Parts: sequence; structure tokens; C-alpha cells
Amino acid sequence: MRYSGFRVIKEALTGHKGWTPAWRDASPQADYDYVIIGGGGHGLAAAYYLAAQFGGKRIAVLEKGWIGGGNVGRNTTIIRSNYMLDGNEPFYEFSLKLWEGLEQELNYNAMVSQRGILNLVHSDAQRDGARRRGNAMILNGSDAELLDTEGVRKLYPFLNFDNARFPIKGGLLHRRGGTVRHDAVAWGYARGADQLGVDIIQNCEVTGFRIENGKVKGVETSRGYIGAKKVASSVAGSSSRVMSLAGLRLPIESHVLQAFVSEGLKPTIPGVITFGAGHFYCSQSDKGGLVFGGDIDGYNSYAQRGNLPVVEDVVESGVALIPALGRVRLLRGWGGIMDMSMDGTPFIDRTPIDGLYFNGGWCYGGFKATPAAGWCLAHLLATDTPHETATAYRLDRFRTGHIVDEKGQGAQPNLH
Amino acid sequence: MRLPCPICGERDRREFYYKGAALERPAPDAGEAAWDDYVYLRENPAGDTRELWYHDGGCGAWLVVTRNTLTHAVIGAELASEAKA
Repeated sequence: MRYSGFRVIKEALTGHKGWTPAWRDASPQADYDYVIIGGGGHGLAAAYYLAAQFGGKRIAVLEKGWIGGGNVGRNTTIIRSNYMLDGNEPFYEFSLKLWEGLEQELNYNAMVSQRGILNLVHSDAQRDGARRRGNAMILNGSDAELLDTEGVRKLYPFLNFDNARFPIKGGLLHRRGGTVRHDAVAWGYARGADQLGVDIIQNCEVTGFRIENGKVKGVETSRGYIGAKKVASSVAGSSSRVMSLAGLRLPIESHVLQAFVSEGLKPTIPGVITFGAGHFYCSQSDKGGLVFGGDIDGYNSYAQRGNLPVVEDVVESGVALIPALGRVRLLRGWGGIMDMSMDGTPFIDRTPIDGLYFNGGWCYGGFKATPAAGWCLAHLLATDTPHETATAYRLDRFRTGHIVDEKGQGAQPNLH
Repeated sequence: MRLPCPICGERDRREFYYKGAALERPAPDAGEAAWDDYVYLRENPAGDTRELWYHDGGCGAWLVVTRNTLTHAVIGAELASEAKA
């Protein structure tokens, strides 16, 4: 079924009896050409692009719970292309371009809203850093504008400009960044993939791999054995658990990242703001809640909840930047599990096992990468070569010395 | 989360700095593969794990803490200088 304004009017006049499910709840077949583990944003996007762009047939997406129930439903919905390093920025710019055309491509309203992201600076050194980053972004085809204090004041007059310790000296504005309705991304890709014949199999947990002579033959699941020519793992947060079933150890630790939503307010914050003197970022959802977050909790965790010290830290940073937040009531908070990689950069690569592919290590930046990660994983599955924007995302880059460390922290995942 | 420091007693998580999994350090001449493994690759278990915490807001001791990553339950802590890796 194609969605359109005409269809909405027609259904409104006929009692909404014509709507059909957006995708089939498929049962597993005995074997497939491609099995993608993980029905999150990345896995569904990979299945969609594999079918739509690379002519893939007989594709299944296996999801242990329900699609969109993992990190694609637990993030702060921000999209941006403001990385600095050559290994990263072309990829994220590719992703942002895919976001810009996503709704037309999928015929699905994902509420892509390019409301702009402002990274604030509070010192001369930070301004130099922002200028350098902005230039790197522009050289890679993205957009960046360096604002002075007055420029920031015009956009966001309610910020605390005269904080004695961290006065606002300007900011790097990335106008094409913004937010997207995150659940709709999973649902849109699921619907698009389903229309191209992809089987989306929910409540199907992978419990093992069948590997013979170094080549993957299929996966054992809670719904029986499923044969496959190629298998890809796209389960960020649980990558180490799934890949350990194939006997692999990864350069990844799992950490918990918290995020928060306030009570609904009238339109207050038009774009996305990030604090430069502490880890705090904030935007306002279309429902009116302020969506904000900060650092990961800092210790390995698979529990989808965090501890209070980070709540305190995030709220302190928020009130330091936006004093008016002090009167806002917090509605809820939640935690998501991140694949924190050793250099803060993801992986889209083959593994030492023939026919087994890996997409993961997205740290807390996986949502914005969804379209490009899906495309690049599909490219890798279809052609056995990395996409031109994802050549740096190799699993063996630590051994070969080709790390991509955007933050310069070294092999300490909780600091990225 | 509170950690039972063997010297200071039970203390708030904020007094500690987190390092990561408690691993056995390879010999200096163990070779590239062993060092790659030690520096970059992790078991990252969902369940009990042994990890290094530094009590920088207290006695300054390095601890080996056994903790459950699924529940955040702290099972025990010992001084790293006395712990077997």
C-alpha cells in the first residue's frame, strides 16, 4: 500500500477500514541467501538496501524480540555529519544525504527535521578546534558555520552566556543536522524491506552458528536451524555476545548510556544544542519534551539502566548551560547498551570466518549512521568489498595500526 | 553502586576510577599477537566479570572487583597487589 495525503483522506471518509499491516510477521524458511541478525535500524536498513540497491534475493532479518525494540528505540534521535577525521566524515556525510532523501525513498514519514546542531565553544582553544573541525567538514562536502557570541545569542537568547567559569564564546553551527522520529526509521525500513520480499522474523534469537571448514553454513535459532550463504551480525550492544557464539573476541566493551525526557513544554528549543564545557546535549521533541543526555556511566554493563551519579552530572551540566531548566520536571530516563569500541569508531567488515560479516562498535553514534551503515553493510554483503566511505571500518585496524580515534583517547572505551 | 574497598570499606562509586577488565599482562617479548590481544580484544561478558578500579578518592589502591554486568551487583573486591590475575 502506498501512503499519500489522498489515502489519508479516503481512509478518513471510509472509517479507516482499508489500512493493512505495514509488514508481514514472517516465519522462517529452511534457508536464505542472506541472514541478517538484528532487527534494529541498521539490520533493517541493510536488508532494505540489499534488496533495493544490490538486487539481493532471499533475505531474512532475525530479531530476538520485536523490531525497533533495541537501540533504535532508545536513542536521542539526532542526525549529524560533523566528524573530523577522513575515515569518518565521508561516511557520515553519505549517511546525512541518505537521511535527506529517506522519506521519499521509503514513502514513509520519518519526521526528518533538519533543525540544526550547535556545538558551543567556551574558550579560544575550543574555537580553534571548532574552526578546524568545520573546515574538515566543509572539505568533505558537509556544512559548517562558526558563530560568535552574538550569533549564538540571536539563536538561543536563554543560554547562560555570562557563566563565570564557562562563558559562551560562540559555536559551530551544522544547519543540516537535526532529529528524526526514531521508531519510524525502524518501521519505514521494515515496510520497505518487506515490500521487496525480505522476511522479517521476530522472536527469533540466534543461539549459535553452524561453521564448517571455516565457512558459515547457517545459524541455530530459538525457532530452529536456518541455513544461509552469508550471515551478518548487526546487533550493537550485544555484539560480543553474538560473535562469541562464533568463537570471536572483539575490540569492544558494552557500556550503558542514559538519556532523559522532561515533561512536555511549549516550543522552547528550536534546534539541538551541545554544551562545550561538559557532556550535555539537548533538543525538543515534537511532542514538547526536552530530550537530553550526557556521558556513558563509565563501567561495563549489559543492564539497560544506569546509576544516579550520571543523572546528577547531566542535570548539573544542563542547568549550567540553560538555567531555565531548573524549573523543568524530569519525566523519565532510560539506558541503552552501547558497543564501545577501542578507538570510538565502528566496524563494517568481514570476519575471519568465511561468509560471516560484522557491523557494530557504534559507540553512542549508531542512530545517525543508520542509513549509511545499512547501505555499506549491504554493499559488503553483495560485493565482498567495503563501500568507498567505509574502508576505514576494519576489524583488524588495531593490529595493523590504522586506528580512527576521533577523540584521541586511546584504547580506553569508556572515555570515547 | 557501592564498591567494598578492602582498606576503606564500602564506598560510593564516584570515589573510584574505572580501568576495565583485569587481564594478565603479557611478557614484554610475548609478540605482537599477544599484545594486540591484551590491549584491544575483550571477552566483554554478560554476567560476572573481574575488573580493575582505582580508589583515587580514597586510599589510592588498585582493586580487582568482581561484578555482574547484567545486574550491577558487586560480588567482591580485593587488592590488585594481592589478587591472582
